Amino acid sequence: MAQLTHRSANLLKPISAAVFATRGLTTASTTPITVETSLPFTGHKIDPPSRSVETTPQELLSFYRDMALMRRMEIAADSLYKAKLIRGFCHLYDGQEAVAVGMEAAITKKDCIITAYRDHCIYLGRGGTLLETFSELMGRKDGCSKGKGGSMHFYKKDSGFYGGHGIVGAQIPLGCGLAFAQKYNKEEHVTFAMYGDGAANQGQLFEALNMAALWDLPAILVCENNHYGMGTAEWRAAKSPAYYKRGDYVPGLKVDGMDAFAVKQACKFAKEHALKNGPIILEMDTYRYHGHSMSDPGSTYRTRDEITGVRQERDPIERIRKLILAHDLATEKELKDTEKEVRKEVDEAIAKAKESPLADPSELFTNVYVKGFGVESFGADRKEVRAVLP
Amino acid sequence: MASSLRRIARLSLISRYTSTDGRWNTLRGLSTATDDLNSPNQCWTSNKPVNLFSAINQALHIALETDPRAYVFGEDVGFGGVFRCTTGLADRFGKRRVFNTPLCEQGIVGFAIGLAAMGNRAIAEIQFADYIFPAFDQIVNEAAKFRYRSGNQFNCGGLTIRAPYGAVGHGGHYHSQSPEAFFCHVPGIKVVIPRSPQQAKGLLLSCIRDPNPVVFFEPKWLYRLAVEEVPEQDFMLPLSEAEVIREGSDITLVGWGAQLSIMEQACVEAEKDGISCELIDLKTLIPWDKETVEASVNKTGRLLVSHEAPITGGFGAEISASIVERCFLRLEAPVARVCGLDTPFPLVFEPFYLPTKNKMLDAIKSTVNY
Ligand SMILES: Cc1ncc(C[n+]2csc(CCOP(=O)(O)OP(=O)(O)O)c2C)c(N)n1
Ligand SMILES: [Mg+2]
Repeated sequence: MAQLTHRSANLLKPISAAVFATRGLTTASTTPITVETSLPFTGHKIDPPSRSVETTPQELLSFYRDMALMRRMEIAADSLYKAKLIRGFCHLYDGQEAVAVGMEAAITKKDCIITAYRDHCIYLGRGGTLLETFSELMGRKDGCSKGKGGSMHFYKKDSGFYGGHGIVGAQIPLGCGLAFAQKYNKEEHVTFAMYGDGAANQGQLFEALNMAALWDLPAILVCENNHYGMGTAEWRAAKSPAYYKRGDYVPGLKVDGMDAFAVKQACKFAKEHALKNGPIILEMDTYRYHGHSMSDPGSTYRTRDEITGVRQERDPIERIRKLILAHDLATEKELKDTEKEVRKEVDEAIAKAKESPLADPSELFTNVYVKGFGVESFGADRKEVRAVLP
Repeated sequence: MASSLRRIARLSLISRYTSTDGRWNTLRGLSTATDDLNSPNQCWTSNKPVNLFSAINQALHIALETDPRAYVFGEDVGFGGVFRCTTGLADRFGKRRVFNTPLCEQGIVGFAIGLAAMGNRAIAEIQFADYIFPAFDQIVNEAAKFRYRSGNQFNCGGLTIRAPYGAVGHGGHYHSQSPEAFFCHVPGIKVVIPRSPQQAKGLLLSCIRDPNPVVFFEPKWLYRLAVEEVPEQDFMLPLSEAEVIREGSDITLVGWGAQLSIMEQACVEAEKDGISCELIDLKTLIPWDKETVEASVNKTGRLLVSHEAPITGGFGAEISASIVERCFLRLEAPVARVCGLDTPFPLVFEPFYLPTKNKMLDAIKSTVNY
């Protein structure tokens, strides 16, 4: 996961080591530590993995830093949206960071990930930079989709991130296709197809499960259960909110999605399982702090107490902070400094992204078809009537 | 910039109100005249200015009130829906008649067809028109053909599917599309799109009570923006009847929904250049009122059609072909189409994509000077 800290040479320095060097961590940073997951896993048609997870001081510190960075990024996106610098629909991930970070810690960039529209942090986890993130959010050329996708459509081909999908549930069967290709090519890689608790009620999920199981595809279906699909609580929409069991003949595992180590353990386990036996569902029990999207204050269908309760008792960053302090890997002050660093990085990236030019208007016509196939259209002033554009 | 201009244009066109003595009085412009309201009772008790989502809400209240077999459902509908169109319905009529569905469009529409087949009025909401595609099969293969293939034993005439469509200024790829043309290719369903609050209320009630399945697209840009006087009581506006909302002699403009306010802007501008435009609101796209358009084109000799959906295969093409068939000898210029571009609906390029007033003005002039 250290790669998250090496994202961009100019904007991001690999600071984890430097910050904590005072405590001699650079040398001891790879000494194994064993931590216990917050809760035991619950299995469906499978024996769950052990609660003991191996880690290192380095990993603990990078989990902390990476999640703090994600959170800061999402908070900053909120402000940019309110300042109308981000347009379109924007869905934030704060609260769910442990899923992105834990998953990456268990897999490689050769494994594929595909998700819905709540995609900023997954992108960052795949090695995307803050500059690309903020540029995309603001529709700039330096964005990961050249500014053409916006918040909901982040992609990173070189590290197997297939995005960034707007139609709820549609990405799940796509994930099966990716997994089929991986299996066919005899790659020892898997696909993580992510979807929400709301999406779990779409028929496409069940079609995907059947195909994946029928053909023993190395597909891991990750249900990020944040307990709400927009304003609808899971129990209002699902007869059985035990999403890990809803694959029936497909085994499942319920995971505390607020515990990065539980996520890491589950993903490692799932990858091994999927390569040997085919699909598995991982239900990540998680929580989004923000409303569904920027137009949702997030407080009409749930109580403030519920949100504060989760923040106090289950916050994924807080959990790692406590572990770091308990193992005496850093001081409170050092952790604060990390937060400051992260904040600075985010601010610098935003400043830089603001300098990136807006996507060129001619890009409106590109990528509709393969270049050269042409598309008949005309410009804003109707001057290029019937021109064949590249 | 362009999009904010457009927003202002919409605002000024739909609502013609001025405040005198702290009260709202109508100046009645583009928006409908009360004369075409087809109500049993022509004396209106009260006409309050309301916005489009409230007009829809009124219509749904009336539909549920007047027919105990009417049901309203969809994603988050029990809470009022994302655009507040169903606010208060669950409280008033109970959770058995107004309810949330899971997130499953294909299921929602299939369920609605079954409910309607038992003689009920199934009023299903699809949260955005962009999300109607998972239900496309149900609409095209089940709803549209139920009556035909059962030799009239069964039908789902009580089915009305409501879905917000169109641009909002910055909605991006999956919150802005105008998919009406896909449904216009399907005999057996009706497609209706209102342009204003009053129209929305009267047309929606007609759709709900029409004995055929109807897809009703609501211009979401106007939900809050368009305000006009809407009679509080129950009234219906006829389907498959177009309306001439502005008379003119040089060119006929045909459109529907939110696009009409942009078109009216163009008419006003063209008038300054001495071009007299006739503007027609089609309202029902299938089966459409060819006669009204034909009569108008026979008068003006020119036709321009405009919609937000991409130009190729849009419903404008159908209108153009039909009018060329009917008015060939009378036409003095090729039919002009000012439409969305043949690209996916863009996020940052929305102002370039949209059929704006200036594009329309340009087309009006080149058609008149052909
Ligand atoms: C087919 C479809 N229907 C409806 C929507 C509108 N919509 C977007 S997100 C969402 C809720 C999804 O909830 P969930 O799957 O739990 O994901 P979360 O937002 O909680 O991450 C809905 C209804 C959509 N994008 N696509
Ligand atoms: Mg959810």
